[in-house]
Amino acid sequence: MGILDIKDVGKRFGGLQALSDVTLNVEENTCHAIIGPNGAGKSTLLNCLIGKLIPDTGSVMFDGQSVLGRTPYEINQLGISRVFQTPEIFGDLTVFENMMIPIFAKRDGAFALDAISDFMSHKDVVEQAENELEEMNMADKRHMHAASLSRGDKRRLEIGMCLSQQPRLLLLDEPTAGMARADTNNTIDLLKEIKEERDITIAIIEHDMHVVFSLADRITVLAQGTPLVEDVPEKIKGHPKVKEAYLGESA
Amino acid sequence: MLGLSKKDTSLLIAVAVLVALAPVLLNPFPENSALAQFNAGYPDLMQRFVIFGIFAIGFNILFGLTGYLSFGHAAFLGAGSYAGVWMLKLLTINVIPAILISTVVAGLFAILIGYISLRRSGIYFSILTLAFAQMSFALAASVLTPITGGETGLQTALNDPRILDGVNDSGNIPAPNLFGLEMGDSLQVNVAGWLWTFNAGYYVAGIIMLIAFYVAIRIFRSPFGIMLRAIKSNQQRLNYTGLNTRPYMLACFVISGMYAGLAGGLMVAMDPLAGAERMQWTASGEVVLMTILGGVGTLIGPVLGAGLIKYFENIFSKINSNLLHKWFSFLPDGLEDFVVTIIYPFIGKGWHLTLGLMFMGVIIFLPGGLVELGQRISRSFSKNKNDAAEQKPAE
Repeated sequence: MGILDIKDVGKRFGGLQALSDVTLNVEENTCHAIIGPNGAGKSTLLNCLIGKLIPDTGSVMFDGQSVLGRTPYEINQLGISRVFQTPEIFGDLTVFENMMIPIFAKRDGAFALDAISDFMSHKDVVEQAENELEEMNMADKRHMHAASLSRGDKRRLEIGMCLSQQPRLLLLDEPTAGMARADTNNTIDLLKEIKEERDITIAIIEHDMHVVFSLADRITVLAQGTPLVEDVPEKIKGHPKVKEAYLGESA
Repeated sequence: MLGLSKKDTSLLIAVAVLVALAPVLLNPFPENSALAQFNAGYPDLMQRFVIFGIFAIGFNILFGLTGYLSFGHAAFLGAGSYAGVWMLKLLTINVIPAILISTVVAGLFAILIGYISLRRSGIYFSILTLAFAQMSFALAASVLTPITGGETGLQTALNDPRILDGVNDSGNIPAPNLFGLEMGDSLQVNVAGWLWTFNAGYYVAGIIMLIAFYVAIRIFRSPFGIMLRAIKSNQQRLNYTGLNTRPYMLACFVISGMYAGLAGGLMVAMDPLAGAERMQWTASGEVVLMTILGGVGTLIGPVLGAGLIKYFENIFSKINSNLLHKWFSFLPDGLEDFVVTIIYPFIGKGWHLTLGLMFMGVIIFLPGGLVELGQRISRSFSKNKNDAAEQKPAE
């Protein structure tokens, strides 16, 4: 059994069976990619993992605990950090303040009424935020407003914010969607680096299979709401069923 | 000092000096000069400056940090006022219990309203708070008359019990005091034609405003404050970062409501009278104007905005057509009448028109309010000095 255990998950929207019998395991300290063509049910599956949707059937267990029916912040507190399709950061705050918030959240829990101490006086948080910015090569941008960062840097910051919480599972939703080629490559390199340097499980939902081939240890191909094949990247590449799903019957 | 950064400490000291010297600074014109009209250094107005300053500081903690625009903050001001008058009636004419209880009562009231209103954000939140405040206003003016005195308002009376004060046989309604120091007591100093009034009530309110200002700085710089700013910036990210935004919002709303209650308590401590109109939506709108005029999300902005609006309300509204005629009497007759006719709608009862124009000007040209104006001026000065140092917002 893996750290993330999705079992028989089904979800129906009116007449559309968006997901049916989705069963997949994400092993600890691996990178698992879930790919599929448009309409395969990737987003629906993701929303079931993060508390936005509750599936009609099946279960989603994270490290032995069900995530179903939990709110986004509770799921984060379990150890799942999420990276969004378009970088979601605190644009009005500085890069450094952005980095401090998740560390506070990790240290103090979902709510702490500390309205008296100065946030810069929390030496442990400041130090960790500094280290994390150093790791992300963003130390020189610490006083910038996050909104004024480039798209690639916003993504870097967002990933750094997620990593600063030392999550057990990092969940990425099409992390390179809409990015220029250079930014895409930077992001992939960054993720490879993270994978090598940290004990972390990564799950990536992605449309473009080329992004994940060099990164993933295992790939699950989703088509029409159900897993088609699951294997190592080399085997997925030439798999006839995958070709069919992506290119249509005639291929 | 006091756990503040150097910049914040100097800001606090500057405000403290201004508060201490206000009776002098606000009376720049000699008593009998033609411009004495524009002096603002009389107790009643100075008390209002600091009390509405507190109200606006509290409002800014909610609106400035989280971006949630409450349109019913006057409800807490009113609730605090009523609670304060009741303390002055039942317990003691000493203002301390009145001020404390008004803060607490407004806080409890804010828990109730906040818990329900915060289920929505944006315009729906504003409408919910507005609805609650108008309901409170309507209730206070009608059904709750036994508690609120209805439309005549609630005030102290000769036969109030005042259980801590003992028997009152003086035949007068006692005046609110702080351990014997009456709020209305003033020391008048006349120096070469300038008349300065140092009023006890003003200084009590001023010291409380400084404490409130200090607490606001601490909140702005705290982990709690950073989370509130994060709520304004990206609430979704905050939820996915493992933070439950609802208790943060509620705590912020309650703190903000308590500031309003404190202001209400101080109002009745200065003048023990509370009326339902204090809860009306125009009063809620006024604090919004103060905050925006001064600078949303800045520390000093709301205080400046409150001062400016109260100054206009009291000084501009006093100018009448006779006075205008006197000022422009040097012009030929026809022209004098013409000028007075043009200016007349903007003064006296028409001061709202001036305020409205000023507000429009600020929104269009200075979205950051008076604080932005100050920043621009200081920036243009430092540019002249060829100072290339990076400008930090002078909050």
